[in-house]
Amino acid sequence: MIHFVVHEEGDGVGVVVVEGVKSGQPLTGWIMEDDKDIEVTAKSDIPIGHKVALRDYKPGDTVIKYGVDIGKVVAPIRQGEHLHVHNVKTKRW
Amino acid sequence: MNLAKSTFWGYKRENGRVGVRNHVLILPVDDLSNAAAQAVENNVKGTLALPHPYGRLQFGADLELHFRTLIGTGSNPNVAAVVVICIEDQWAKKVADGIAATGKPVAYFGIEQHGDHDTILRASKKAKEFVQWASELRREERPLKDLWVSTKCGESDTTSGCGSNPTVGNAFDKLYPHGVTLVFGETTELTGGEHLVAARCRNDEVRKKFQFMFDRYAKVVDQHKTSDLMDSQPTKGNIAGGLTTIEEKALGNIQKIGRKCIVDGVLDKAETPTGPGLWFMDSSSAAAEMVTLCAAAGYVVHFFPTGQGNVIGNPILPVIKLCANPRTVRTMSEHIDVDVSGLLRKELTPDQAGDKLLECMFRTANGRLTAAEALGHREFVLTRLYESA
Repeated sequence: MIHFVVHEEGDGVGVVVVEGVKSGQPLTGWIMEDDKDIEVTAKSDIPIGHKVALRDYKPGDTVIKYGVDIGKVVAPIRQGEHLHVHNVKTKRW
Repeated sequence: MNLAKSTFWGYKRENGRVGVRNHVLILPVDDLSNAAAQAVENNVKGTLALPHPYGRLQFGADLELHFRTLIGTGSNPNVAAVVVICIEDQWAKKVADGIAATGKPVAYFGIEQHGDHDTILRASKKAKEFVQWASELRREERPLKDLWVSTKCGESDTTSGCGSNPTVGNAFDKLYPHGVTLVFGETTELTGGEHLVAARCRNDEVRKKFQFMFDRYAKVVDQHKTSDLMDSQPTKGNIAGGLTTIEEKALGNIQKIGRKCIVDGVLDKAETPTGPGLWFMDSSSAAAEMVTLCAAAGYVVHFFPTGQGNVIGNPILPVIKLCANPRTVRTMSEHIDVDVSGLLRKELTPDQAGDKLLECMFRTANGRLTAAEALGHREFVLTRLYESA
């Protein structure tokens, strides 16, 4: 069963595509572009559509999705944690 | 899906364009004429009034856009005939003359010195004549290239970028080689991925025009913003759906133009393209505004991917909604025409998802009502550029 999808190899986030992901749950991810599977353990409850961090981040780091910069990290994030507006901001506006 | 010999059944109009609907519009030029237009719609069954809140004391580029949108809406091949109503007969005539250039039947009425009662009586007689005439028009088989297809996504979430938007992209990549006229837009919603669109432009001239439109819109945001636009762009719904930044939203948005199509030209708002291919139209990212502009530019079928569940429709442009979010497909099924949630379970390939959308496109073009049409969604929203005088 696929719990999250990743656009391409090298992206630092996955998108949770099932409902009810809980902290501590082992997750299987699918890298769509490369058709590969990866495993991550959730460290937060993550709603469907929200992102799971695939690596550790520190403030100032750049988050890559679709192989492109989607914003800057403003609070530390560990692999498996929920990555969203509370820890990542736009670089543009 | 082999599209080489694909056809659809449409209404060939006087100017050669082909529509997939057969509306008789009652078109108010201004807010004051809404009551009369809606009274005519009530009197004559089968007509469609398009009430809106604008049209008084606009000037300059904003007024030009107002006229271009109204004339474009009336000129759309999904429209058989139009009754124009305005408080002043001269502006009624201006809009009617613009629509009449297509060759379709148009009549206009000014309310001043007549009052609502007399205007409604005269306009209703004309509308009845038009609607009975239109009811005898017949669909004919037309080649795929006669179809003009627009796209814009809304209430997007992260599933839009990995499911429903790439499905539109797959369909666009399949339609493009067959000479179909395509369009995308949403200028601010390319922020963070604008370089990817620029790289897809046919040549430097197109690229320069695209960059000009993008920079101009970015300047408007810079001039008026009071924050980083959080809750506006991305919207509250986008954020609830897991989108974090405008860059992430934009990269998902851009999936709609596929991987092979070239951006052949750039349009101003509500401007009609001059040939086949993929066009970029400078436009708001607000769903109803953008779709209204697509209809005014002459598009006859629209692909609308959604994640969290936008319920939009348009009075004259059938809006086909597709969704890859399994929760939305479950909770808002009455709004979804094409369920592509199987993509995220590996039950559907991108190629199969694209074909599923194209199959729905042909059925819609041939006359099947979309969910939005069946539910009565008729959002007609005019874009304003600045204050009235």
